[in-house]
Amino acid sequence: MTNKLLEVKNLKQYFGSPKNPIKAVDGISFDVYEGETLGLVGESGCGKSTTGRSIIRLYDITDGEILFRGKNIRDAKSRKELKQFNREMQMIFQDPYASLNPRMTAGEIISEGFDIHGLYKNKTERKEKIGSLLEAVGLNREHANRYAHEFSGGQRQRIGIARALSLNPSFIIADEPISALDVSIQAQVVNLLKQLQKEHKLTYLFIAHDLSMVKYISDRIAVMYRGKIVELGTADEIYHHPIHPYTKSLLSAVPLPDPMSERKRQRIPYVHEQNDGSEKVHEVLPNHFVYGTDSQIKKWTK
Amino acid sequence: MSKKLLEVKDLKINFKTYAGLVQAVRGVNFELNEGETLAIVGESGSGKSVTSNAVMKLIPQPPGIYADGQILFQGKDLIPLTEKEMSRIRGNEIAMIFQDPMTALNPTMRVGKQITEVILKHKKVSREQAKQRAIELLDQVGIPMPEKRFSQFPHEFSGGMRQRVVIAIALAADPKLLIADEPTTALDVTIQAQILELLKEIQKKNNTSIIFITHDLGVVANIADRVAVMYAGQVVEYGTVNDIFYNPRHPYTWGLLGSMPDLKNNVKEDLRTIPGSPPDLIHPPKGDAFAPRNEFALAIDYEQEPPMFKVSDTHYAKTWLLHPDAPEIPIPETISKRIEGYLKEAENK
Repeated sequence: MTNKLLEVKNLKQYFGSPKNPIKAVDGISFDVYEGETLGLVGESGCGKSTTGRSIIRLYDITDGEILFRGKNIRDAKSRKELKQFNREMQMIFQDPYASLNPRMTAGEIISEGFDIHGLYKNKTERKEKIGSLLEAVGLNREHANRYAHEFSGGQRQRIGIARALSLNPSFIIADEPISALDVSIQAQVVNLLKQLQKEHKLTYLFIAHDLSMVKYISDRIAVMYRGKIVELGTADEIYHHPIHPYTKSLLSAVPLPDPMSERKRQRIPYVHEQNDGSEKVHEVLPNHFVYGTDSQIKKWTK
Repeated sequence: MSKKLLEVKDLKINFKTYAGLVQAVRGVNFELNEGETLAIVGESGSGKSVTSNAVMKLIPQPPGIYADGQILFQGKDLIPLTEKEMSRIRGNEIAMIFQDPMTALNPTMRVGKQITEVILKHKKVSREQAKQRAIELLDQVGIPMPEKRFSQFPHEFSGGMRQRVVIAIALAADPKLLIADEPTTALDVTIQAQILELLKEIQKKNNTSIIFITHDLGVVANIADRVAVMYAGQVVEYGTVNDIFYNPRHPYTWGLLGSMPDLKNNVKEDLRTIPGSPPDLIHPPKGDAFAPRNEFALAIDYEQEPPMFKVSDTHYAKTWLLHPDAPEIPIPETISKRIEGYLKEAENK
């Protein structure tokens, strides 16, 4: 088995007043292995984006531990350590319109990272780096002098990807990177992400609500519901042999480009069962985890 | 044979801009029967929303211009109608469901009033009757406790419930034609499935015709009877839902189908993409607008625009590949394999 790159242990992220907090993420644990893509799916409001943002320290976590390469990310206190951490972990955002500064050129956006980290010796090297990053994501060197509004949605997302790559990270959190794009452009960006993963040995946490793309790009999938991971397993396991009723319900709602099967589609509604608090994570099959009480697990695996 | 409700003939719509005249819709033809659903699919900028807004006569003039064509609704052309005549049809006989329920609803007006407003405008009923009807509608679109919900504000509803309210408003005057412009794009998959079921249920009950605009082919397969694939302001392929999904003939349709991952047959190869981006409609390219992005483009594609070739009685495609003299190009393997898988599965069941 490959190494664990990231370990999340009992992560909690609460918002609002401490007396009556909104439990956006409520005690989740998972590992991300080097070189894999872990898909994180769920409906809006289930805490999937919050999870990603907590990992990259956009929020101060309420409780729990996040270990990156075995080191707790909250222990990094000095500027130097923080910079080192920031170089390793980068993020791609959902909205390619909101996530690029309209007053900066593509070149400036991409180079901001290595300006801050002082990762080049002279101007020619800097220019060369911008050019090669633009080419790596399928744009031209000449695009460096253009502003964000001169690009289409797909091209903007490529700039966002180039920016994320600029510091040679090992881990990228992609928060719904394709949901704002057209179908044909989605495929272009997904292919690009896959190709970059091979070339740069990247590890992805891929957050999305579109199950079909997640299934396609991920090695393993974690399904979130109301701040908890209810099921975690390989992409094939989750898709073909889901155990948790919520996963089943989610899968039954995904429409496929096959009219004959669509006409017979039977959606499985999900009814949340209130529990006494004894639910925990069970390893039902090797590397297939389901969250629930003992009796629920028995019922579901029958 | 069911009755024809809507017929769009050679519709052309331009927009005046500082950069020049944008030819947003360049000769669109389609028909819609009573109780039928037509899905219009395409990328952003393909003209699908402009086409549907045109049917509602919602194109602002200026900058919009109805350059040519006819929109025959129950045999009557809507284009020459005055705004006053049109307001009698709009909301009454043709109603629209918008993409984003938060912007479609008035945040400062109680939900009930937003529904009764429509009823009182189009029907001769008392306030009390309108209220009863509004509560019935809320119930019909699956909103629990409609009496209580009637006097609430939109912010008190979740995204899916808001979209149900929007649908209730659209249904308020029993329209014959419902135009749904990406009604589920902003919603979660589980909610999307519920809304699609609701629309189908309403259609069955009232024999409503639906024009459904989307870029999600899964949704199209779920809801459509007929499909029009649009590219660069034109319909490039038109057929029944089975024609389009099991026998696609236009390379652009192949591209759209190929860019969706195949979940059923478990293939892990790269997705087929459509290279490049859509053309500039101020200066539409000469010949076939799709040619620069088409890996199967022929020399004639750059010279002359292809006509609609007939594939079968229900199925048409606008590509020179269907010309008798064109080289035979089969459906790309990734897609044909997938279709084979689907058909086999359907047989086994």
